[in-house]
Amino acid sequence: MTRYAKPTSLEDAVALLGEGDWTILAGGTDFYPALGSKPLRCNVLDINALGELRGVTKTDQGIRIGALTTWTEILRADLLPGFDALKQAAREVGSIQIQNCGTVAGNLCNASPAADGIPPLLILGAEVELASMGRTRKLPLGDFIRGNRKTALVPGELLTAIYIPGAATDGRSAFLKLGSRRYLVISIAMVAARIVADAEGRIVNAAVAVGSCSEVARRLTNLENRLVGMPLDIDPCALIEAETLDELSPIDDVRGSADYRREAARVLIARCIRGAAGAYSKPAEQTNRGVA
Amino acid sequence: MTGPVAFNVNGAAVSVVVSPVARLLSVLRDELGLTGAKSGCDAGDCGACTVLLDGESVCACLVPAASVAGRAVRTVEGLANGRLSALQNAFLRHGAVQCGACTPGLLMSATALLERTPHPSMSEVEDALGGVLCRCTGYRKIIAAVMDVGGGQAGCTPSVPPMSSGGGEQRSVSGKAVGTSPIRLDGVPKVTGAERFGGDSFPRDALAVLVVRSPFHHASFVFGDLDTFVADHPGVVGVYTAADIPGRNRFGVIPAFADQPALAEGKARFRGEAVAVIAGERDAIAAIDSADLPVRWSEWLHSVVPREDGDLVHQDRPGNLLIRGFVERGDPDGAIAAGACVVSGSMHTAYVEHAYIEPEAGFARMDGDTLVITVCTQAPYMDRDDTAAILGLPPDRVRIVPTATGGGFGSKLDLSVQPLIGLVALKTGRPASLAYSRQESMMSTTKRHPAAMRATIASDASGAVTGMVFEGVFNTGPYASWGPTVANRVPVHACGPYFTPNYRAEGRAIHSNGPISGAFRGFGVPQATIMQETLYDELASKLGVDRLELRLKNALRNGCETATGQRLNEGVGIAQCLEALSPHWRRALADAERVNTGRPLMRRGVGIASCWYGCGNTALPNPSTIRIGVAPDGAVVLHQGAVDIGQGSNTVIAQIAADTLGLPLAALRLVGADTALTPDAGKTSASRQTFVTGKAALKAASALRGQILRAANVSDAARFRFDGQTLVIREGDAVRRLGLDELPLDSMGYVFCAEATYDPPTTTLDGRGQGSPYAVYGYGAQIAELEVDLELGIVKLIKITAAHDVGKAINPMLAEGQIEGGIAQGIGMALMEEYIPGRTENLHDYLIPTIGDVPPIETILVEVPDPEGPFGAKGLGEHVLIPTAPAILNAIRHATGVLVTTLPATPSRIRAAMKAAQV
Repeated sequence: MTRYAKPTSLEDAVALLGEGDWTILAGGTDFYPALGSKPLRCNVLDINALGELRGVTKTDQGIRIGALTTWTEILRADLLPGFDALKQAAREVGSIQIQNCGTVAGNLCNASPAADGIPPLLILGAEVELASMGRTRKLPLGDFIRGNRKTALVPGELLTAIYIPGAATDGRSAFLKLGSRRYLVISIAMVAARIVADAEGRIVNAAVAVGSCSEVARRLTNLENRLVGMPLDIDPCALIEAETLDELSPIDDVRGSADYRREAARVLIARCIRGAAGAYSKPAEQTNRGVA
Repeated sequence: MTGPVAFNVNGAAVSVVVSPVARLLSVLRDELGLTGAKSGCDAGDCGACTVLLDGESVCACLVPAASVAGRAVRTVEGLANGRLSALQNAFLRHGAVQCGACTPGLLMSATALLERTPHPSMSEVEDALGGVLCRCTGYRKIIAAVMDVGGGQAGCTPSVPPMSSGGGEQRSVSGKAVGTSPIRLDGVPKVTGAERFGGDSFPRDALAVLVVRSPFHHASFVFGDLDTFVADHPGVVGVYTAADIPGRNRFGVIPAFADQPALAEGKARFRGEAVAVIAGERDAIAAIDSADLPVRWSEWLHSVVPREDGDLVHQDRPGNLLIRGFVERGDPDGAIAAGACVVSGSMHTAYVEHAYIEPEAGFARMDGDTLVITVCTQAPYMDRDDTAAILGLPPDRVRIVPTATGGGFGSKLDLSVQPLIGLVALKTGRPASLAYSRQESMMSTTKRHPAAMRATIASDASGAVTGMVFEGVFNTGPYASWGPTVANRVPVHACGPYFTPNYRAEGRAIHSNGPISGAFRGFGVPQATIMQETLYDELASKLGVDRLELRLKNALRNGCETATGQRLNEGVGIAQCLEALSPHWRRALADAERVNTGRPLMRRGVGIASCWYGCGNTALPNPSTIRIGVAPDGAVVLHQGAVDIGQGSNTVIAQIAADTLGLPLAALRLVGADTALTPDAGKTSASRQTFVTGKAALKAASALRGQILRAANVSDAARFRFDGQTLVIREGDAVRRLGLDELPLDSMGYVFCAEATYDPPTTTLDGRGQGSPYAVYGYGAQIAELEVDLELGIVKLIKITAAHDVGKAINPMLAEGQIEGGIAQGIGMALMEEYIPGRTENLHDYLIPTIGDVPPIETILVEVPDPEGPFGAKGLGEHVLIPTAPAILNAIRHATGVLVTTLPATPSRIRAAMKAAQV
């Protein structure tokens, strides 16, 4: 006989989690597709009554995205332009129906190589907060995602929030997703970039992340370092040409060949950097589409 | 684990006792009887179950029951408030509804948008509706309907009114219905949620049926102790296997080739083949995983691609050859050897899934000693006969009652759930219900044949085609299905609608352990046309002539003989289609040249392709029968057995009957397809219903009119109407009245009744494929304009312009709907659709076009009447898909300089082709 629980406090939730194996139910957008038409044979911990996990708030540790925050709530939140990439990704997650239910945190826990949320959160230096009985720890997002459908969650642990450190929210950002159709599409490749420039128009900080081109979305630190000191209007193509992009290890699958992904990633990286840098010359409220 | 959940539905408080993890969709459908929201995928991939939760659109299949407690849910049933909402009205008026399975999801998504954004832009409409898949309409009329309600501009190019071309004369005078576009007669329930599809009317006491399927492409199997399994599972009433089948465990749409078991006999030949069914109470079945059944599998070597020299799929079919189709005329080899210009090429296409939004569903019950199967289908009489044979019953003890059918496109011609639920009902005496999951629908039902083709075309120096050779290997999967039809149809059509005096074409249907290939809009002709039309572009380029002009030069004309030696005296409309496109072609080429100037990374390309397609069975009998009766109360009852799967036969056949009778459309009462109530109008397939059943309706209506006029002893010039129980006849100034209650009733309770059958005059094909396989052909041509992102290989469609010769547009809006929907499927086939068993068995890995993938479509209805068709009408349903993919491939080549020869032309493949060609 399977168990179902819908605790109303985090304390109760982690206490239950300590008691055995549970599958977490939040937005349902991964839970139900994984279940398919098979009977339910796992214990279900429904975290939808945990009010403390809702919403986007400003804290002294930066921006906190509660684990129950949906993509639609991200889109409607009042956030700095550094979050534009995340908002653009939000618009490209599945469909509006999915965005209305699916949570950002669930996207991370599902840990698909094609998770739309991971590259834009990687460029924001996101950390995840993991709670268990008597313990809370924080991990950088890059350490949390361990592989295809693998995370650092240990038994008894619940992802409760995503934190964006204040310093990582500077600058302008952009996101590009490449797919074989317009909506409801799993990406062939995607890129998020955040560029911080000084008053003279020089890049002082850059963050670039690529998804769907390796088991886990990756930051391109070599490229980021080379961007620092360059003018905002640099043509990034030459820089990218010189990069080996060893961080990427794309595979051949039905959506595209490994060669194609490697080549498309270069194009998307250049366009995304240009998009983020170009956002400096656009009004802050203008959010472009995240579709390649 | 169940508990009460209280919430509000459409303004009313409800409380249900369910599992807190139950999907909201099943709560609505199974507990509350609100079947408007459809179950299309149970994974958030199709949006057919979209409802509003506190005003926001959600997929009801992804929402736990516990999450709606205390909240407000709105469903399609709540949209009309005594009268249809403006949005529902607009959907009907714009022809935005075809089968109707996606309609509730679209209406709810659009409602959420319009409540938040009353005057949306087109891109806002697309964003809001992007989560709902539609397989019938091509989306443009949906966009137009929503924009109309929002007060915005219609989202599609206004249609050009039908063009009339000379030649031939209409055989009947048009009345008030034919040639107009009344709102489809079955439309209203499709927008209110009242329509009942295959899974929408299961009796509450019906047993649920779970199908156990092969997880392997090829395997033998042995069952464990099934009696113990049943005993161990309270609520399970039985497990049935091939051993329980009382009749002949072999079925197939073409009797001579019937080879498919309803339940496999010790050996499964493809992944997803049914091996057993478990029947039981609903809750008991819901708790069972089909993998729980004790089955010992032994996997065998397999090949999902056809191998003529490989292991045999059937021991009695050497070379894995199901059938070879062949047409030969003149001296093709000589013509090619002597050709001034010769082009050759090869082309590979993929398995394509029909992806109708409604997976197969139905229920069976015993009515006395008659087995009644209520099911979505395209072919009620074929269902009846094959199911009866499997179950060992005479055909008249099986009755098929088609429900509304949520798309078919060819796959619902074959049996799916029918024998399985029929077997359970027969064995248990209880109703038995089954709705396929999306995965089992995709795994177990038919696909478009993958084709490996090569061809050579030769012309003289002026560009007149002198010869062609075509060879195609079609992967027909493990069972025959419609493989013979594909193999026979392709050689007839592979030259396109062009005069080809020297010709040889061979199509071979070869078995494999891939999915079963069957009928899919065009029966192989779309694949063959991709081969031929891309070669025509190559020929034009080699000759240095305009691509449209080359086609026009070679177009079949009245008086030409086809490759099968059939002389077409009248009604050949391909040249008119190409001529109608000519100004659009010149404009598109000029646009491309202009926008390409100074743009190194984005290139506009323009492509064109034609089609022709014979309507009805190939060189085989193909009758339809229509009955029309007049009841003593004055009702004119049309027994309309041509199943409407969204294409509009309920409306079109009635329009033909009404005008022929000389009565308004509203005077007719429709009796829908039902093997107990309607004579056999054949299958909804082969673009035959408007032509063949329409002609039967014309003949029946004519006969009925004759009877009535004779009874009143008036001339053929008289007009009549029914005023309650009185027949009112007017001839000149004279008016006569005849009381219907004075007339004797026939055995069906009618005072007048006529039944007529029409079978198109065709001949068989001889050893060289010579003969007249079809009585009527339809023609068309399309232009694709698109842009290719040269760095990424992404194609963005700009516009499709489609000219189709329909002979006579009985209902222009429905004809446009067919064209737009066929184009959407052609777009999918060209750019994104590839079914890979075991890999793309869902609607997020198998991609069909979304609302953002279909560009504006301009339709030109060309009317070159055919003397054989009713009011001159020709078939259209399949023609419309055929030119799209080759036109797109030709446009990609125009943009990039490369032809992609393996479909679909994904961004990855386009870039690979560009790199290989060093473009």
